[in-house]
Amino acid sequence: MELWQSIPFACILLPLGSAAMTSVLKGRWARYWTFCVLTVVTGLSAAFVVLMNGYEGSYTYMMGHYAAPWGNEIRAGMLEAVTALFFSMIMLLSLMGGLKKIDEHILADKQSLYYVMLLLLTAALMAQVYTNDLFTAYVFLEIMTIAACSLITARTKGRTLVAATRYMIMNLLGSGLFLLGITLLYDLSGHLLMSNIKQAVASLAATGQYQMPLTVVIAIMSIGLGIKSALFPFHTWVPDAYGYSTPTSAAVLSSLVSKGYIFLLIKIYYRVIGLEVIASTGILDILFGFALVGMVMGSISAIRQSDIRRMIAFSSVAQIGYIFMGMGLGNEQGMTAAVFHIFAHSVCKSMLFLAAGGLADASGNSKQFRDLRGSGFRSPIAGVAFTIGALSMVGFPFLGGFTSKMNFALAAMNGGDIRMMLVLIVLVISTWLNTIYFLKTVITIYRKPLEGANYPVEKGRRGFCFNASLVLFSGVNVALGLFSQGIIEAITRGLGIFG
Amino acid sequence: MSLHNYEEMAAMILFGIGFTTLLLQKNLIKKIIGFSMMDSAIYLFLAAKGYIEGRTAPIVVDGVTSMEAYINPIPAGLVLTGIVVSVSVTALMLALTVRLYRRYHTLDIDHITALVRKEEQ
Repeated sequence: MELWQSIPFACILLPLGSAAMTSVLKGRWARYWTFCVLTVVTGLSAAFVVLMNGYEGSYTYMMGHYAAPWGNEIRAGMLEAVTALFFSMIMLLSLMGGLKKIDEHILADKQSLYYVMLLLLTAALMAQVYTNDLFTAYVFLEIMTIAACSLITARTKGRTLVAATRYMIMNLLGSGLFLLGITLLYDLSGHLLMSNIKQAVASLAATGQYQMPLTVVIAIMSIGLGIKSALFPFHTWVPDAYGYSTPTSAAVLSSLVSKGYIFLLIKIYYRVIGLEVIASTGILDILFGFALVGMVMGSISAIRQSDIRRMIAFSSVAQIGYIFMGMGLGNEQGMTAAVFHIFAHSVCKSMLFLAAGGLADASGNSKQFRDLRGSGFRSPIAGVAFTIGALSMVGFPFLGGFTSKMNFALAAMNGGDIRMMLVLIVLVISTWLNTIYFLKTVITIYRKPLEGANYPVEKGRRGFCFNASLVLFSGVNVALGLFSQGIIEAITRGLGIFG
Repeated sequence: MSLHNYEEMAAMILFGIGFTTLLLQKNLIKKIIGFSMMDSAIYLFLAAKGYIEGRTAPIVVDGVTSMEAYINPIPAGLVLTGIVVSVSVTALMLALTVRLYRRYHTLDIDHITALVRKEEQ
């Protein structure tokens, strides 16, 4: 075992340890420290992608030198490396873009606690990505839920408190189901390490024993994680939680927290149960159905909003539908498209939330569309970033969103007749609806302001960090579209050795 | 016959009661009680699965090292970890409830939502 192979462990331990340390630091120092840690984690993850590129296959890393059936394990391959890089990078950029707003929304003496939660969230995300142990995944899942809830309530308003309560209730239902699933699976297989469970499940499937309990386990785990990641009928907490929290929280929640749960679900499908067993139970069809309805209903709800943040939040519901649709296709291409869309959507959505914050700031702190007219001119960088994000979500060529839509369509071609028709029809309808609300918003922010409206232009200047973060985000979005081929190859390679 | 699976059956029934209470009750405190029941039911299930009649906890006594004398300690370890997790989540939920109650003087989540909407207008 070489030294660089400890990078995943460092990526989990560093934020976890610093979170404990940050709680005793004073506000400004907590901020600098969090920045340093996130930068280091991003740098390490980037180095890890490069190193993994030259490494065949994946490896497991024993914790505490206890061998397989007893010890706790980390497992890393190409897919984990790329995902960790994207997650840590988005975390860093989202924090950078929302710094001013954090000052505005959170009491000065409470800010260090906000950074504690941000670091805990990073550690939990990294652990979700790398862990090879189901119970560890559950524990970090709960840490992620607690941290996310605190990020929502950091801006104390009636709305955020209610949103956080609703968020917690739905998430507790989800994690209760997930824990029950783990318990039953442990009962069936006698293992907690993912690879060992897979062997046991494969032998159960081969002999045809315990088919019913196995189906129940898969169903409750999928639904549990579906609830936690805001799949369509369980999305009621989304608009308030994303719409009223501070922009960094909204960006992190929509782009990372829900994606962490989905990544864990994909990992369970590949590494714990196995795709063939999953496909034979019919659970994927149910997810597929929810996803298709969500793609349309999320967009329709988004059209009806008059508040830009709530509109973006409902658009997230539709985009989560896209990801679950790719998973529901049940073939390799569908999964690849889903993973690519996880990246494309998280990069894009966090940028949209930050840019919307900037636009609202340039419009007298109002998020209503009638006040946002002309804000693209008052806050030019936010306007351009919002336009790029909107175009990517709509599926404009050379941007990430286009590549994922094309991949979903290509994957559907191999998914059998009925699914192909359904996917193509719903993709067209959903894209059309996306275009309506996103382009309407882009046109609104570049229209002449209403008669008599007067906005202080200085408000639009939001400092170096905000601008730098949006410029970097735009760059990543364009790069994701231009170099999509390389990223998709890496994902395909990673998924091949994921199981 | 599976007539002796009383603990598992009780655990599943309790899980169902807890789950529906958490989902459907309007009162926040009752929701938290439902959550506690739901998690405790899972711990009961784990503990029941981990126990084998006639065996004891895996602490070597009187030099007996035979595997037949002891039970598997992992389910108990999982229960302990799970209890820690659910205690912290319960604390967080109670803290949220206290803050909501101080602001709106009610525990009914629907009523609170209505008050919040009114407050904004």
